[in-house]
Amino acid sequence: MATEILDARAPGLVPTTERTGGPTGRGPVGRGDDGGGPNATFDPAQFGLWAFLGTVSMLFIGFTSAYIVRRTGIDWRPLPLPRLLWWNTAALLLSSIALEVARRRRAALDLRGLRLGLGATALLASLFVAGQFQAWRLLRALGFFLSSNPHSSFFYMLSGVHLFHLGGGLVWFALVLYRLRGPRYAPTAGGRTLSLFATYWHFLGLLWVYVLVLIFVF
Amino acid sequence: MAKLQGLLFGLATLVLVVVATFLFTKDWLPPLKSDRIAIDHALAITLVVTGLVFIVTNLLLAWFGYRYQDGPGARAAYWHDSPRLEMTWTLVTAAILAIFLFNALNLWAKVNSRPPADAVLIEVTGQQFAWNVRYPGKDGVLGKTDHLQASQDNPIGLVKDDPAAKDDLLLLNQLYLPKDRPVRVQVRSMDVIHSFFLPNFRVKQDAMPGMTIDIWFTPKETGDFEIACAEHCGLGHYRMRGQVHVVPAADLDKAVAEAAQ
Amino acid sequence: MAHTEAHAAEAQAHDHAPQAFIWKYVFSKDHKVIGIQYYVTAMLMALIAGLLAMLIRIQLAWPEVNWGLIGKLLPAGFQGGAGQPYVMNPEFYAMLFTMHGTIMVFFVLSTAPVSGFGNLLIPLQVGARDMAFPFLNGLSFWTFLCGCVTILTSFFVGAGAAAGGWTSYPPLSALRGAVPGSQIGQTFWIIAMVFFIASFTMGGLNFVTTIINLRTKGLSLLRMPLTMWSMFLVAILGLLAFPALTGASLMLLLDRHFGTSFFLPTGLVVNNAPMVGVNGQFVHQGGSPLLWQHLFWFLGHPEVYILMLPALGFTSDILTTFCRKALFGYKAMVGAMIAISGLSFIVWGHHMFVSGMNPHLAMAFAVGTILIAVPSAVKVFNWLATLWQSRIQYKTPMLWAMGVVSLFISGGLSGVWLGQSAPDIQLHDTFFVVAHFHLIMAGAALFGVFGATAMWFPKMFGRLMNDTLGKWHFWFTFVTYYGTFFPMHYIGLAGHMRRVYDPYQYEYLKGLQPLNQFMTISALILGASQILFFVNFFWSAFKGEKATENPWNANGLEWTTSSPPPHGNWPGAIPEVHRWPYEYSNPGAPKDFVMQHEPPMAVESGH
Repeated sequence: MATEILDARAPGLVPTTERTGGPTGRGPVGRGDDGGGPNATFDPAQFGLWAFLGTVSMLFIGFTSAYIVRRTGIDWRPLPLPRLLWWNTAALLLSSIALEVARRRRAALDLRGLRLGLGATALLASLFVAGQFQAWRLLRALGFFLSSNPHSSFFYMLSGVHLFHLGGGLVWFALVLYRLRGPRYAPTAGGRTLSLFATYWHFLGLLWVYVLVLIFVF
Repeated sequence: MAKLQGLLFGLATLVLVVVATFLFTKDWLPPLKSDRIAIDHALAITLVVTGLVFIVTNLLLAWFGYRYQDGPGARAAYWHDSPRLEMTWTLVTAAILAIFLFNALNLWAKVNSRPPADAVLIEVTGQQFAWNVRYPGKDGVLGKTDHLQASQDNPIGLVKDDPAAKDDLLLLNQLYLPKDRPVRVQVRSMDVIHSFFLPNFRVKQDAMPGMTIDIWFTPKETGDFEIACAEHCGLGHYRMRGQVHVVPAADLDKAVAEAAQ
Repeated sequence: MAHTEAHAAEAQAHDHAPQAFIWKYVFSKDHKVIGIQYYVTAMLMALIAGLLAMLIRIQLAWPEVNWGLIGKLLPAGFQGGAGQPYVMNPEFYAMLFTMHGTIMVFFVLSTAPVSGFGNLLIPLQVGARDMAFPFLNGLSFWTFLCGCVTILTSFFVGAGAAAGGWTSYPPLSALRGAVPGSQIGQTFWIIAMVFFIASFTMGGLNFVTTIINLRTKGLSLLRMPLTMWSMFLVAILGLLAFPALTGASLMLLLDRHFGTSFFLPTGLVVNNAPMVGVNGQFVHQGGSPLLWQHLFWFLGHPEVYILMLPALGFTSDILTTFCRKALFGYKAMVGAMIAISGLSFIVWGHHMFVSGMNPHLAMAFAVGTILIAVPSAVKVFNWLATLWQSRIQYKTPMLWAMGVVSLFISGGLSGVWLGQSAPDIQLHDTFFVVAHFHLIMAGAALFGVFGATAMWFPKMFGRLMNDTLGKWHFWFTFVTYYGTFFPMHYIGLAGHMRRVYDPYQYEYLKGLQPLNQFMTISALILGASQILFFVNFFWSAFKGEKATENPWNANGLEWTTSSPPPHGNWPGAIPEVHRWPYEYSNPGAPKDFVMQHEPPMAVESGH
């Protein structure tokens, strides 16, 4: 099967006169600062995404500080860790790997590889989401609800907030798939948006590992 | 009238300085009845130093605002950097503030020091919207409380079976304090956050549900004063008023016993 | 050459078919339209919050007054009628101060200077066609509007709006029975805050990305106007600090509706009834009200600097323009703003000195709090040095900028009183605090907004505001603002607590009623004076004198294009920058100002 010709420009660099849109819309991208600063070819969308990741991190840092303080309470009764959570974690991390594979296949102009990778990502992501809901069901069956004790409260809340951000990621993923649909598609938009999305998705994976470690290992 | 605005601004600033300074010389603080005179001193020193800064900077602002107005032949200077000047005023400000800080931290440490062993023990429990005052009685020990046992007749949940509770004396919105003897108050709350405020004693401690917070001070003059709540606690926050009676130390137990009947 | 052609091509490519009204003015992605949308909405919210304040002041001055017609019009807030005088309900009073604070802090003073003027000015002052993410920008406004609708609606739901203070301390805000506003009204408060924070985050992303990435050629960070520095720092503060309130709000929501105990300790007894469940155990156990305070103020303190910093930026730009003199100590001013921003993250505990937190921790917070006075003082000294031997032209914006300096001095100095933890024992939760933040935060921000409005009105509407009316507005506001808030220092020292529906229940406060009445009369005149502003604003928007490109002979890039600027901001290429924006009265220059984009001179200032 002939590989489709994709645009070979690597994601991250933005041509100066081209108006491209980030994941959130089409906007003019300026030249940046030749004379005054080092940011002449720094992608604004990437910068914005990293700033957003900073904000999300602060949210979880806030939760962490609350958790650490609460953890020292005398009434602490630990929550059992459903083994399913390890499988969910594996699914999420594997989905990140699948996504990376997809990204590199796109850069190598391999359409089939791209499609396979994206499909695997979607499948593994769905497994994670379903698995999280199931984990909650398991805990409820064991008698651990949101308000049962502080440990369970934090677990449900943190996994819930994480899932909420992941849900947003899934909406973005749908947009990415839409952008990359069809045999001939806008290459640069697709490439950049896929890379940005990948950054966010990997962040969510790391964030989930952090939540797991905080709640169950610390 | 071409320079009216500058004149007006200069004059308005002058009026502010004069009126503000004059009014700050008045005695606004409630008369001090405790040993926390160091707080009043700190406030006075702060007034003098910030007052001087207030006067000087405002006078400069007023003068510059008037003097340097545009007019025929006026020229602005072209002078926009002086590292030496920046260093000087930064370091002078920092030095003055460092002195403030040093004194403030010392005072804070004193206020938060351990109460003396002979301090009279009192418990004050805020609730919507009253102050429950409890004295430990002859055994000097406050009886246990269990909030599960709280009710209309037992607002602080006193464990009646506890032997230490039998001689506890309970008052409502009345606080008796001994003159010239240190007092240790354990501040608590049944429901929301209140704040135990004795304006004449320079005492204020938030009453946090779930916590028992210790403060101590020494009343210095007899008389009757007020307790106020200084943390918004609901509809009755404005009328969560109590009364403090400072009596000679020897008369304290009698006064409390009489009031508890 | 190719560079300019590329820009021109880009500009032309940016032109498109005429847009329908709804895409041009309603769901716009143009930063100027969005800025004005934010601004006008914020001013309307200010009207509402201001009216709430008037009601508070009247109650404090005359608690025994018969509210008459007002009582009749707002039956939910007043009792009376049928021959009885109308008396305000204490629960209504609690709603008034809660909502006045909430609306003013978030929906007015975080919005008008930041989202309003930030959006209007950033692309213009950094030399960009628009913000980095125009769609996100438009979305941020409509999200903000959802927040406005939610918070205003909360007055009309259930038992009324939130009534736990703008700080919403639990357990008062968490227990539905603790005060009527803690029923559904507090939930609406939480939802409104989530909308607001989402909106502010979107804006913050736009601000930092645009300022870092889209500056035009030659505009290094140290050549940016201080307004841009303030917007940059404010965006960073918001991105890093707001998540604490997001998290806390979620936990409060869970405590309120789902039985968790993040903030609710064991042993809660409401109305002499222990809050137990069917199993005889306390429903809530082990939570900490102090945790809310830490999280809230972790945001709350940077938040108040978010309100204040833009005004400081505006003031530097306005002062220099109207006194025709270069800003003194540009680097020190930038350094001071960065120091203030950084320090703002480590002082939050000064709101909690008497909360029962660890006294050693309190000491640490006192250190930071006193330290933050240093960069603040530096700013005042640099402004004074700027004014020295200058050439002041008293147009309306200049008066407001001078007012900011005045308020910053007054309000800043009282901070030194409060920051010392032990004297704060006497002053915490009294009107001394209310004086402090109304002068330095609310006052500086408000005066900054008024100054910025007069200054940049040409870029909003292509016209000038009426200068005479503007001056009258300034004078009435300046005098009555001080008249309303300065005496609060005195009643605070006298021990007058905050948030009290009727202070004269206390003997020791009875003598303060005349002073309260004086302040109320001042406040009423202050409120009424704002009519001058609204008349000026709306009349001038349609009928004001048409403005040229650069009516103030100022130096920033926004003055190199028409008033108002076209879509895309410059019809041709974006100008390049060769100097800082404060080149005034250079003796070697032909005019008393050299704009940023003018060709390099033989001898430059070094900035």
